[in-house]
Amino acid sequence: MSVKTPIYLDFAATCPVDPRVLEAMLPAFTVDYGNAASRTHVFGWRAEEAVERGRAEVAKTIGADPKEITFTSGATESNNLAIKGAAEFLADRGKHIITAVTEHKAVLDTCKYLERRGCDVTYLPVDTQGLVTPAQIAEAIRPDTILVSVMFANNETGVIQPIAEIGALCHERGVLFHTDAVQAFGKVPIDVQAMNIDMMSVSAHKIYGPKGVGALYVRRRRPRVRIAPQIHGGGHERGNRSGTLNVPGIVGFGEAARIAREEMAEESARILALREHLRARLSAEIPHAIVNGTLERHLPGTLNVSFAYVEGESLLMGLKDIAVSSGSACTSASLEPSYVLRAMGLDDELAHSSLRITIGRPTTRDEIDYLADRVKEQVERLREMSPLWEMVQDGIDLSTIEWTPH
Amino acid sequence: MAYSNKVIDHYENPRNVGSLDKDDDDVGTGIVGAPACGDVMKLQIRVEGGVITDAKFKTYGCGSAIASSSLVTEWVKGMSVDEAMKIQNSQIAEELSLPPVKIHCSVLAEDAIKAAIRDYQEKQQKPATEGAAE
Ligand SMILES: Cc1ncc(COP(=O)(O)O)c(C=O)c1O
Repeated sequence: MSVKTPIYLDFAATCPVDPRVLEAMLPAFTVDYGNAASRTHVFGWRAEEAVERGRAEVAKTIGADPKEITFTSGATESNNLAIKGAAEFLADRGKHIITAVTEHKAVLDTCKYLERRGCDVTYLPVDTQGLVTPAQIAEAIRPDTILVSVMFANNETGVIQPIAEIGALCHERGVLFHTDAVQAFGKVPIDVQAMNIDMMSVSAHKIYGPKGVGALYVRRRRPRVRIAPQIHGGGHERGNRSGTLNVPGIVGFGEAARIAREEMAEESARILALREHLRARLSAEIPHAIVNGTLERHLPGTLNVSFAYVEGESLLMGLKDIAVSSGSACTSASLEPSYVLRAMGLDDELAHSSLRITIGRPTTRDEIDYLADRVKEQVERLREMSPLWEMVQDGIDLSTIEWTPH
Repeated sequence: MAYSNKVIDHYENPRNVGSLDKDDDDVGTGIVGAPACGDVMKLQIRVEGGVITDAKFKTYGCGSAIASSSLVTEWVKGMSVDEAMKIQNSQIAEELSLPPVKIHCSVLAEDAIKAAIRDYQEKQQKPATEGAAE
């Protein structure tokens, strides 16, 4: 078995640009470099055409009208625009927002900011599988609720929320529904009509497009969603987001969306098979390997697994020619393990012991086998070094010990 | 974050991993930290004639925590108990070039050696073991 190292298995963090995407982008840098807002000459017209082709591809991938796509600098900005924009526009109607504790920081920090500005935010807990239920949302909705924001799929666990059910509920109750779909977009089918999504954040660099470009879907019909812009200027993007359009980025985003849409069925099946192969090997060959988050509603390429009695950061250090991420952050600034895993009720110890592996378009079965071999070898080595493992082997129940937290 | 070469060396080739018999009167055991915080160190010493003749450790924690405990076991071997008691976390941090966010790993290693020495000293103050006392 031969693999080239280092091996990248952190596709939830970012992806390489697909060569087909890069090729589509290149002319926009040097040949068709016009400003899409220049209405008086061919350079501007060409740039605008390129932007509109990209817009159409992104829209088509989610069943939207191109007019409903606002380009941004990425999903962080899209989340800010959706939540702050709705809160500001609807300030007279109400100040209550509902979200979940496992959201990405771009949503949570935006909500915290709005709380300081007088909004009221309900952070719904999740169950042990990472799920929010429509019933929880129904219960949390108040007369002054203006927005529900629940992510499509979680970036740490890959767990997919019941989006269509939440969308239907929000429409019935007349509350706007925003979803951060960064991890799900291009990986699983999304239909903003069928799912009753009013606003949705997506990003190019998670689907083999360039970094620094994203979009916010904003529904135009039934209901027509209006938001207050957060970046003011020349009135680009129907006034939703001013600033000269990132033409190469948008061209790349469009091409990345087209490829993801056209290859989704085949690629998802291939990636899911690799993940299941990995999961089967880790579960069979390593005792006390625990998968975090339900696999029933799950992205195909994500696996979050805890190896009890081994600390995550030390495991990452042992996997030095493999790029994966851990839910443990051992720094004095934050001795806190992953807030997502803790919200699911995981023991701190297991949260500290977690690894997130995300499989992508270039991943091969040999790479997965190489990873499984290395993980097994390092977990065994580190357990030999682990006082917790030793205690458990001696039949000691760790929960009965009085630790000295520091 | 990049690790120093010394941290990597101790992580890859940890010195003195293992356990001593904690019920042995000549052995002192210190266990510090908590699983919830992401690090637990067990450090053990064997003392003969006031001198530490052997030291072993097991650590659950990041690479810097493993390196800190490995380094301490290396240092204390051959030291008198009094000398070992004087080891400071700043010496460990300096030797391993720990970045500020990892200083707590060296603090934990200092706590661990002190706890092991205290455990040994308490054993010495207790009356002799059952076999001897009639
Ligand atoms: C769920 C989720 N939301 C938002 C973001 C931020 O996206 P961007 O990098 O485009 O700002 C990310 C990526 O880190 C993400 O995983």
